[in-house]
Amino acid sequence: MYRYDSIDQQLINERVAQYRGQIDRNLAGALSDDELRPLRLQNGLYIQRHGPMLRIAIPYGMLSATQLRKLAEISRRYDRSIGHFTTRQNMQLNWPKFEETPEILGELASVEMHAVQTSGNCIRNITTDQFAGIAPDELTDPRPYCEVLRQWSTFHPEFAYLPRKFKIAVNAAAQDRAVIRAHDVGLEIVSNAAGEIGVKVFVGGGLGRTPVIGKVINEFLPRRHLLSYLDAVLRVYNRYGRRDNMYKARIKILVNALGIDEFKRQVDAEWAHLKDGPTTLTDDEFDRVARHFTPPAYVTLPADDLSFATALKDDKAFAAWVKRCVHAHKVSGYAAITLSLKAPGVAPGDITDTQMEAVADLADRFSFGELRVTHEQNVVLSDVRKSDLYEVWKIARANGLATPNIGLLTDMICCPGGDLCALANARSVPIADAVQKQFDDLDYLYDIGDISLNISGCMNSCGHHHVANIGILGVDKNSEEWYQITVGGQQGNSTTIGKVIGPSFYADEVPQVIAALIDVYIEQRTTSERFIDTFLRLGLAPFKQRAYAGRDKRKIAAAESAETETAPLTKVANA
Amino acid sequence: MPKIIKNGQIVDDGWQVLKLADDQTVESIAIPEDPVLLPLAVWLARREDILSRGVPHGVWLDSSEGPEAIAGDLEQLAVIGVNFPKFTDGRSYSTARLLRERYGYRGEIRAIGDVLQDQLFFMKRCGIDAYALRADKDSNAALASLRDFSETYQAAVDQPQPLFRRRTV
Ligand code: SF4
Repeated sequence: MYRYDSIDQQLINERVAQYRGQIDRNLAGALSDDELRPLRLQNGLYIQRHGPMLRIAIPYGMLSATQLRKLAEISRRYDRSIGHFTTRQNMQLNWPKFEETPEILGELASVEMHAVQTSGNCIRNITTDQFAGIAPDELTDPRPYCEVLRQWSTFHPEFAYLPRKFKIAVNAAAQDRAVIRAHDVGLEIVSNAAGEIGVKVFVGGGLGRTPVIGKVINEFLPRRHLLSYLDAVLRVYNRYGRRDNMYKARIKILVNALGIDEFKRQVDAEWAHLKDGPTTLTDDEFDRVARHFTPPAYVTLPADDLSFATALKDDKAFAAWVKRCVHAHKVSGYAAITLSLKAPGVAPGDITDTQMEAVADLADRFSFGELRVTHEQNVVLSDVRKSDLYEVWKIARANGLATPNIGLLTDMICCPGGDLCALANARSVPIADAVQKQFDDLDYLYDIGDISLNISGCMNSCGHHHVANIGILGVDKNSEEWYQITVGGQQGNSTTIGKVIGPSFYADEVPQVIAALIDVYIEQRTTSERFIDTFLRLGLAPFKQRAYAGRDKRKIAAAESAETETAPLTKVANA
Repeated sequence: MPKIIKNGQIVDDGWQVLKLADDQTVESIAIPEDPVLLPLAVWLARREDILSRGVPHGVWLDSSEGPEAIAGDLEQLAVIGVNFPKFTDGRSYSTARLLRERYGYRGEIRAIGDVLQDQLFFMKRCGIDAYALRADKDSNAALASLRDFSETYQAAVDQPQPLFRRRTV
């Protein structure tokens, strides 16, 4: 993975010093809370329901074992021994003390980490495929692109005060695992007819209260132009994006207002001045960065391992785990594994300090000391020998990290919601918990098979509910928690926004509604269909009908009367 | 005399910023006989009149006003103000870069409005070289923030080469 040189380190150290000064001035009364807010947000610090929350950057999801141990130590010393992985592959600490945040950032800097631009109206942490560098279906490793972008976006002087946040994701595989079409800018690394590598650029995607799928603005941008082209996109957005209404300030609104053709014309006109300028990426620089991502020292192994095959045959529980949590690797004899952070009774994405240490040890012993965080809020060990899988599984299981549910209904994406987040309309973790309880039979979960269920506590959509096969969104009506259900969303190459099935539900109704949706699928599916396939074939009607069948009349009336109210008030983001 | 930060120092400054009050029009507003930064609309409407007076003058651009409108007038402007109505409004960073990098403006670019210490470093990078700090703020502390970072990744006005073209590996 990328290692800082002395300049990278110096910049992060200077950032800590700058932030420390800002907090000191705030405490001394020289910098008002309003003036501090954007500054602290750009250092990851929110003020939440119960106090501060610190969002630590994990650039494109890559972590070393050393860094994860540091996170464990920080969570113990400065928090409640727990961290939460987010859908942007970052980690949130929910209970730090305001005055101690400069110290935490200082600790992070000691292991080449920071919280820079994890919030605020700026270019955020770049995300990518959790299987980058090892996926059999990838054209090239996307991580050098991500790192080049990280440096370009870090402290970008012109784009620190954009109309709104700006998210970029990169994919280089045949299957998009980074949801690039749901980003302000999505970058797909492609090759052209001549075999040259370039970038297909999507713009104006995003979730939130107006979900939009990104549109192609450039089919093939040669790699050397990546940064100058993004400068042009960002400049047009910075100058002309709306600033009068924060709900209309994302780039997707500008792209839709102008139309993609006119937006592209403006970007091209701007780019004409920047193209081939000093920001043009050099091959030397790309190669310098790429050298940080050269493959680890793999040994030559047979594709099949005898001890692995035996364990598979003899141990059913292990076989079940392998089926869901072990993934193909492009090097013979190796596999990638997902450690599930979706155990029953645990908030999705939460990891304790001891689990962090266990994962770090596993990475050191079995996976070249590196690991990745997924946008589905799990952890990946990317380079495990097949012959080690049984041992890894036993250790993971002893640490509560081997729930065999990756890609199943209980592998939910879920935001922190109303228990912690100041912006929430409703709680999300108790909903996840109720779904876990409703679907506690593993055999039934396997029978249901591949499906995604995502939960967001408000329209900000941190839980990516729009692109889930089943999405759950918390809404606030007359100060009560309600949940709106969508069906048919997808991520990946055919990213689709789910359809709302009808009036919202009370929290206690949600598990039954999910069960009803699943029943329709089980009854109607053909042998080869996943939930989403059955939905695409049948459409919304049978699902909708079953979801509301037999529903308490009183609740329907209440939901419908609440539905006629004006759109639920989402509290202002960026508290 | 009011002070501003200019070329890395705190200096006395006699320029005033003229603003149109609600009951004033571009035609009616009185233009002072002292160095003055004029609203764009006043400059565009009364250019010849202003030039004939021989009093130092400049124009200030609001954050919604791009540099295009004065691109042909740059040689006649000793100072261009770029306004930050709120420090979180980032449009004037683009304006300043365009003035320098696209239109080649060499005179003073002055940040006016909600100008605060923690934004000065980025302003400097974008080609702003004078800062009319908000009156209630400490100029000495702000001056130090021009050096918050000793290096920069991106190409910008103060350092036209990105770090990757200067890195010695
Ligand atoms: S979706 Fe809403 S409630 Fe959930 S974390 Fe994001 S802002 Fe908070």
